[in-house]
Amino acid sequence: MADVAGVTTDEVLRVAELANLDLTAEEVPRMQRDLNAILGHIAQLNELDTAGLPAMAQVGAMLGAEAESTGASLREDAVRPSLDRKAVMGAAPESDGRFFKVPKVIER
Amino acid sequence: MISSQLAGKTETVLGTATIQGVRGAVASGAVTATTVAERHYAKIAAEDGPEGKNIHSFLALSKQRALAQAAKIDAMAAKGEELPPLAGVPVGIKDVLVMQGSPATAGSKILQGYMPPYDATAVQRLEAAGAVLLGKLNCDEFAMGSSNENSAYGPVLNPRALDRVPGGSSGGSAAAVSAGFCVATLGTDTGGSIRQPAAFCGVVGVLPTYGRVSRYGLIAFASSLDRVGPLATNVRDAATMLSVLAGHDAMDATSSERPAGDYVGALEKPPDQLVRGLRIGVPAEYFGEGLDPEIRAAIEKALEGLRAAGCEVKTISLPHTKYAIPTYYVIATAEASANLSRFDGVRFGLRADGVKTLSAMFRETRDQGFGAEVKRRILLGTYALSAGYYDAYYLKAQQVRTLLTRDFLAAFAEVDAIVSPITPTPAFRLGEKTDDPVQMYLEDIYSVAASLAGICGISVPCGETRAGLPIGVQVMGKHFDEETMLRVALAIEAGQSIG
Repeated sequence: MADVAGVTTDEVLRVAELANLDLTAEEVPRMQRDLNAILGHIAQLNELDTAGLPAMAQVGAMLGAEAESTGASLREDAVRPSLDRKAVMGAAPESDGRFFKVPKVIER
Repeated sequence: MISSQLAGKTETVLGTATIQGVRGAVASGAVTATTVAERHYAKIAAEDGPEGKNIHSFLALSKQRALAQAAKIDAMAAKGEELPPLAGVPVGIKDVLVMQGSPATAGSKILQGYMPPYDATAVQRLEAAGAVLLGKLNCDEFAMGSSNENSAYGPVLNPRALDRVPGGSSGGSAAAVSAGFCVATLGTDTGGSIRQPAAFCGVVGVLPTYGRVSRYGLIAFASSLDRVGPLATNVRDAATMLSVLAGHDAMDATSSERPAGDYVGALEKPPDQLVRGLRIGVPAEYFGEGLDPEIRAAIEKALEGLRAAGCEVKTISLPHTKYAIPTYYVIATAEASANLSRFDGVRFGLRADGVKTLSAMFRETRDQGFGAEVKRRILLGTYALSAGYYDAYYLKAQQVRTLLTRDFLAAFAEVDAIVSPITPTPAFRLGEKTDDPVQMYLEDIYSVAASLAGICGISVPCGETRAGLPIGVQVMGKHFDEETMLRVALAIEAGQSIG
């Protein structure tokens, strides 16, 4: 794990960009402070030697037999009713009833 | 029956506030489900808003749907039909679960105005079992928080002490039961969000085993951790709610195919047989520095009661406990950063005005729609998943998660259930921890390990502090062994009434 060298302002801005978040000028130093405090706490995990340990993504894998009953067999590929399209499109901020409408996609 | 007698009976229904009390009264004709619903709405109108105690547990009421359901139950009762297990019982739904006809906000501005076109499976099951769904309950934004102060719609106050937080993120769900606005509610628990507010508000809250209750229709926070579960005034009611909620759902790929247990039947043993012979583990790591002495004393008293009821109580070790919080905050934020990428102004809720390009729409919508804590967690999660840091943070945390889960599997080879504190302190004051995210995260110290390991847990009231604040005790059970967990919880509850 990276030492607690600290997240720089540039890194905060880069991560915000990856996450599609626009941070205001006031938010940046505060987020930097908070991220560094939290990452400092997380650095405790370095005390543990985890070489060769399996990564646990979710519980099923740890329960052996249970995992088989919850994922080994695929469900039948059958046609089922889905949500009403009109109702779904009706909840969108902008729609022509069939498609979601968004601003210009290609930026030049 | 003259009206004053009717009023007296319904007061009793509100006063006893149990599932059996309401269902029995409706079945016998002592009161109608419609009257029960109206009485609860009247109480909400008088006390939940700024003119009352300003508890602010409800974000939206679903009167039309509730009264239609109550009328249906009343028609069944009038015909003398057998009533379903939750017939006429007023229930509230945490606003991270969707319910057709009611707005779904997840406590966030980014979903303002969103009307979901379907019901969550848990919502559907409750209504099919006769529950009268009163409305949607306040919570921390996207269930991220331990005090309910992160709701974009304003905080919830603790009905037991109005200057205190109700806990979070299911603060509205716990407060609504505690205040008598609902007989039971649905909450969700990712790192303690059912159990901790239950403890702060003096009610019972159940974290079912991962996979036990369907999450279809739950607005996702961290998918390997999120669970749906009930809050109620007592253990039997919580078991009744769980028996309705539990079971496989084809709409949720993580839902277990294992048949549900008999949670109500498990509690029907004679009191002196209920927990006799059970081995109870007490993890030494959960009783270290930072645990409030009054909570410690209350739990020791509860353990004394379990010994008297015939349990073998022994100290155990869960050696990796101190790593649970850092592990949780890597995994939960990483998953949240992925799950919350869907909120971008395209399909539902808020869209920023006056934006000219798609990428500006994404960024401005998210900037306007998300609160500070949600942004903080998205940034942390994105950082932990970003190139160069993935192995150091996310992979490392998943490996430690293996160690934490092995701790529990080893402990459960020796004991049938584990008893521990659920919170280090009783309910704290509003504003007390909002400036320091690490302090707020440490509030989850006794709850997150069970979340990471996927086991079941329950918070049960076990007395109060000298200042009158509720104290909760946690019982943790093996994967899919909610029955044993509930039996121990009932024994603790019974011990309380003996005093």
